[in-house]
Amino acid sequence: MKQGVKQIFKALEADARLTPEQISTMTGIPVDEVKEVIKKAEEDKTILKYKTVINWAKLGEDQVWALVEVKVTPQRNVGFDAIAERIYQFPEARSVYLASGTYDLAVLVVGRTMQEVAIFVSEKLAPLEAVQGTVTHFILKKYKEDGEILEGGEGAKRLPLTP
Amino acid sequence: MHPSSSSQSKTTTHTHIADKVRNLPPSGIRKFFDLLASMENVISLGVGEPDFVTPWHIREYAIYSLEKGYTMYTSNKGMPELRRELSKYLQYHYGIEYDPEEEILITVGVSEGLDLALRAILNPGDEVIIPDPCYVAYPACVTLAGGIPVHVPTTEENGFRITADDIAQQITPRTKAILFGYPANPTGTVLAREELLRIAELAMQRNLLIISDEVYGRLVYGVEHTCVATLSGMKERTILLNGFSKAYAMTGWRIGYAASGREIVAAMTKIHQYTMLCAPIMSQMAAIEALKTGEKEVAAMVEEYDRRRRVMVKGLRDIGLSCFEPQGAFYAFPSIKITGMTSEEFAERLLMEEHVAVVPGSAFGANGEGYVRCCYATSLKEIEEALRRMERFVHRHLKK
Repeated sequence: MKQGVKQIFKALEADARLTPEQISTMTGIPVDEVKEVIKKAEEDKTILKYKTVINWAKLGEDQVWALVEVKVTPQRNVGFDAIAERIYQFPEARSVYLASGTYDLAVLVVGRTMQEVAIFVSEKLAPLEAVQGTVTHFILKKYKEDGEILEGGEGAKRLPLTP
Repeated sequence: MHPSSSSQSKTTTHTHIADKVRNLPPSGIRKFFDLLASMENVISLGVGEPDFVTPWHIREYAIYSLEKGYTMYTSNKGMPELRRELSKYLQYHYGIEYDPEEEILITVGVSEGLDLALRAILNPGDEVIIPDPCYVAYPACVTLAGGIPVHVPTTEENGFRITADDIAQQITPRTKAILFGYPANPTGTVLAREELLRIAELAMQRNLLIISDEVYGRLVYGVEHTCVATLSGMKERTILLNGFSKAYAMTGWRIGYAASGREIVAAMTKIHQYTMLCAPIMSQMAAIEALKTGEKEVAAMVEEYDRRRRVMVKGLRDIGLSCFEPQGAFYAFPSIKITGMTSEEFAERLLMEEHVAVVPGSAFGANGEGYVRCCYATSLKEIEEALRRMERFVHRHLKK
């Protein structure tokens, strides 16, 4: 990919609300070309979707996140893909990864309460045929999400005027 | 007749201060600094440093070095490992060889390097040719070192580039050196290799040194930075000054270096050992880590500055201010002549009326009059808001 075109995606990844005009200014690529690249990327799923990182805790919204380690029996011909697909269809499974190490699938699960997450794991995930076992780690605190530090960042320390 | 007691005390005070210090003009930005301190909701485009903090792995390494007890003096020239890494770095980036034992000196920022270079080479009354506008410290440091700064005017029409022809006109039998910094503060100007070649040729013909402050050398956009010392025959004739402040966002660490031929480095080291002893060891440790593993962050910061640069320059031009395309550093230097104000008046009123801080171009020399320096090392959101405020301001004050 041309280095310049990559800049369009980097800009969008940092701020999905940028307009093609703003991106054009930032990258020096003509606005029509920016629009064309974005349109094509949306069509071929290079851009999957535009989302907002929200600190729900600030809204007083309770959300319970858990990282569930899942050990599975891979199946002939389809390996881990078939079982991964069975799992990722559940809306509660927000992210699903195949991982190396002592377990196979890492599943990020979200629910409104601890009980909701527990029920999902015990009644939906664990009983799946290929699943040998699960270990659930409830997330106690989020420090950083998608590259953004959620709390504790300090303000500018620069002097406002320097030569 | 007896002088009054008040004038007597004035006279007495004055006698304690050396003439050359007393006669130095005060910093052109001090007044704004005081004004700013009393205001809220100010967006400052008046800074001269990155808004990024030093990359974490560099800070972490410095913390580790403190934990391990690295709290002592180092060799006057700086830690051997740092000089070796710098030698490799200069070889890798510019293809030039400096002997880490004899040709590199670690300094407390480029500021100290500049002071040492000037004091090492100037006899009283020697002249140093400097572009105007230029970084505020250049003429002051020349004066403090006993020299005489000779200004070569540069203009927007010429992209604020100093040329060999302009320099040649200012050379006298007392001229010792040419001092400049490209990419330039405050203009963002980059000097093309061809122009540098002409200047180098002139320096060789007229037996002049070049003091080249290349602290913004890594911050160039779409063009290449030419290290003056790499030009044929120029290594011994160039005092290369550089540091970690801008490229690695390490301004507060005060760490830089000078590289040149043996004789000059030895002379600078002599002054350095009596006046500074050595650069702080924790900063030297951090610099070693920066050189070893900091490239990725430098590249990411340069990309981000480039995005901001384009937004800033287009924004200024959309307002109606003429602004030549800066290709390096992190400054835009628009003309504010359409308002009919002096640059100081513009900066002061913009600050009071719209709470945006810029630095008047006149702080950087007579030829900076009619311009202001806008630093784009700040978030895109802030740049956009500052531009909105500047647009309101400029349109309110268009010259009738």
